[in-house]
Amino acid sequence: MTDTINVDYSTRIPNNVGLTEDRTVLRALEGWHPGYIDWWKDMGPEGFQEALVYLRTAVSVDPQGWAKFDYVKMPEYRWGVLLAPKEEGRKVNFGKHKGEPAFQEVPGEYRAMLRRLIVIQGDTEPASVEQQRHLGKTAPSLYDLRNLFQVNVEEGRHLWAMVYLLHKYFGRDGREEADELLRRRSGDADSPRMLGAFNEKTPDWLSFFMFTFFTDRDGKMQLESLAQSGFDPLSRSCRFMLTEEAHHMFVGETGVGRTIQRTCEAMKAAGIEDPFAIDKIRALGVIDLPTIQKKLNLHYSLTLDLFGAEISTNSANFYNAGLKGRFGETKIDDDHVLTNATYPVLKLIDGKIVKVDEPALTALNMRLRDDYSEDCAKGVERWNRIIQKEGVDFRLELPHVAFNRKIGEFRNVNVTPKGLILGDTDWAKVRDDYLPSSSDGEYLNSLMTGHFGVGEYAGWIAAPKVGIDNKPGDFEYVRIAA
Amino acid sequence: MNAPIKQHLIDPEICIRCNTCEETCPVDAITHDANNYVVDVSKCNLCLNCIPPCPTGSIDNWRIVTSAYSLDDQYSWMELPAQEQIVVAGHNEAIDDDVQALIDSAHKGVGGKSVAPASAAKPSVNLFNREKPIVATVTGNYRLTHEDSDVDVHHIILDFGDTAFPVLEGQSIGIVAPGVDADGKPHRVRLYSIASPRHGERPNHNNLALTVKREPQGVCSNYVCDLKKGDKIEVTGPFGATFLMPNDPAANIIMICTGTGSAPFRAFTEWRRRSAPNAPGRMLLFFGARRPSDLPYFGPLQKVPNSLLGKHFAYSRIPGEKKVYVQDLMRVEQEELSRLLKSDMTHIYVCGLKGMEQGVDSALDDICRSVELKWHDMRDAMRAQGRYHVETY
Repeated sequence: MTDTINVDYSTRIPNNVGLTEDRTVLRALEGWHPGYIDWWKDMGPEGFQEALVYLRTAVSVDPQGWAKFDYVKMPEYRWGVLLAPKEEGRKVNFGKHKGEPAFQEVPGEYRAMLRRLIVIQGDTEPASVEQQRHLGKTAPSLYDLRNLFQVNVEEGRHLWAMVYLLHKYFGRDGREEADELLRRRSGDADSPRMLGAFNEKTPDWLSFFMFTFFTDRDGKMQLESLAQSGFDPLSRSCRFMLTEEAHHMFVGETGVGRTIQRTCEAMKAAGIEDPFAIDKIRALGVIDLPTIQKKLNLHYSLTLDLFGAEISTNSANFYNAGLKGRFGETKIDDDHVLTNATYPVLKLIDGKIVKVDEPALTALNMRLRDDYSEDCAKGVERWNRIIQKEGVDFRLELPHVAFNRKIGEFRNVNVTPKGLILGDTDWAKVRDDYLPSSSDGEYLNSLMTGHFGVGEYAGWIAAPKVGIDNKPGDFEYVRIAA
Repeated sequence: MNAPIKQHLIDPEICIRCNTCEETCPVDAITHDANNYVVDVSKCNLCLNCIPPCPTGSIDNWRIVTSAYSLDDQYSWMELPAQEQIVVAGHNEAIDDDVQALIDSAHKGVGGKSVAPASAAKPSVNLFNREKPIVATVTGNYRLTHEDSDVDVHHIILDFGDTAFPVLEGQSIGIVAPGVDADGKPHRVRLYSIASPRHGERPNHNNLALTVKREPQGVCSNYVCDLKKGDKIEVTGPFGATFLMPNDPAANIIMICTGTGSAPFRAFTEWRRRSAPNAPGRMLLFFGARRPSDLPYFGPLQKVPNSLLGKHFAYSRIPGEKKVYVQDLMRVEQEELSRLLKSDMTHIYVCGLKGMEQGVDSALDDICRSVELKWHDMRDAMRAQGRYHVETY
């Protein structure tokens, strides 16, 4: 019998899915493996492939075993296939199959739909590794460098999770899709990644922190709704991925938080009270809060586009079929079928932004996006606590959902962060007040220099309150000259 | 008043609300509102499953409380409350009554209520108890005393594997020998001082060392001294919240011991050597034994440089030589000791057999008198400031 808790390291691919007894899939994955390693070497973190990085690796999927820390060279990281333990008697919890036993195999009628869901999720994982590959050389500390690499190797593992499902359940089509996941490249003109935000650059560390806070949080929402899936292998995959995803949001939230902390401390030390005294604040070598707000505006709005159009029949179909649920589906108190329910959606009608009740099924993207915004707002509030505690008079805020959108209802209008619609001329005048300008980018770039001394931090960011794995402040998280 | 309990709490300043702990908790003790993630003390069974998956470390917080913080208390927090001063006499070192009684007895010689040094790290106590012990693996057992000596002292290394068991120098662990006594009752718990520093016998290993003397009729000491590499042993604790070393590198530390009373001082010395080898504070050791072959760690101690640790060995049974006790050597070192006693950075620790207390006390009295200080007044003040500690048995 397959041990579904402990990870089998006897095959080249660590797993808890019994690959030793599943020779076809094992061979298929072993065939895919060299291509993956080539991809990692070509498109993974630039430089540092030989460095010893203090990373966590899962040795089992139960709480005791999934965070084992040790030094490892990234190309030798044990990427594997890890699924949360199977729950006996699990049912489909929503849609028209509600109450039926969860699908252990792909239902023929949903094959294409399910494959598409898995491929879209899978495509985002390597994309972010590609977007972040140049960041290593400008890391503000070894601690941050280690966190970047932890995020990268786990995104790599998430790709493995999706590729396993493609190989195991989708035969030849699945294998082809798995190869395509390694062929597309973030930002490539001919063969870009599938979703817009994953083709944007991550030019500096503040962008990286914003990305892990906002965009990885979209990942969390998507994974959580896929963890509700009636297709049990997908649900179990996503449940384990969620545990890892939490670390990525931690990197983002504390990264931005530490940046804010350092800015406020430097302002106080220099006796600067006005948070808008940008030149004076920048002269201190820290990132002024208004620029942080602009970065927040950019990353939040780019990420909202990932939720797709406000009204979507695809999402209704996914839900009906029992393949993708809502955030926290089983904790919601309703009929979980939603045939007659409605959901309020913001739309652009006669040049005005108004709330309209739409059928809840086609508004599922919106509901997930609202849950996402609520989750983001709580994190932003924790940043505000730091500012407040330091006694600086400034508040960070999420912009209006219609701000800076490229997909959906608001893609053709200019909307300010407060929700005012502007004409093109007026918008051109204020655009740089709301989104990072090229001079903001140049300033940030000027701060981005590598800090690789043990216990050393760049001047624009505060040291963390607690080390990874409870390590002391002078811990050597990355041994570069290994 | 209720007996104090150890309550598991989440640090709201560090938590990022990722929900991993709530998802992981097997007994649904963790929940949240729009503000904070919180732990329901009536449900939490201290299984520690939530600790490793937390990405932030915010989950690993504990308070000893006389009345537990409610969920509403925790929801309202912007930061964790400080550890409250537990005023119930003799209930802050351990929660188990039998362990508390042992510690009370050991600390009696201090002459009042023991207080931890101001700069000591915050200890965890009572993480594991007899109902729920931690299982350690023996990874080493070496005889420390010379093979010719009739004193059989062992250095035992215990490894805790994947389970967190945070200790500080000066704390003890509890061991209960398996089996039952002549009346058919389980054996009583025995406490052993930890002889290794907080981050392990080997740095960053989840292990610790003990210094245990075989007592001819001692059920537990024989059990422990006979352990073989690979054996599993049930351990409780950690215990002790006052006999701790100051973290301040400027603190002077005077350590006076006999026999296995050296265990905590090995830990103190090793921690300072590893964490602050060039500390401005002075460390002095007065160590008594019958003869050099009976003295635990005799060889390794010789290698500790004098700049880190001033060492004075007193031997009471060398044939043909005058009996020398630790108090005699203290008097010889009167000049340095009296200079140190005048500093409010100086901490004194006495550890070993009950019989040594009186001699040490009168030596300190003499030394103080020679420089016109009043030892007994000073002792009370030092104790209240966490600078005078006695642990004898």
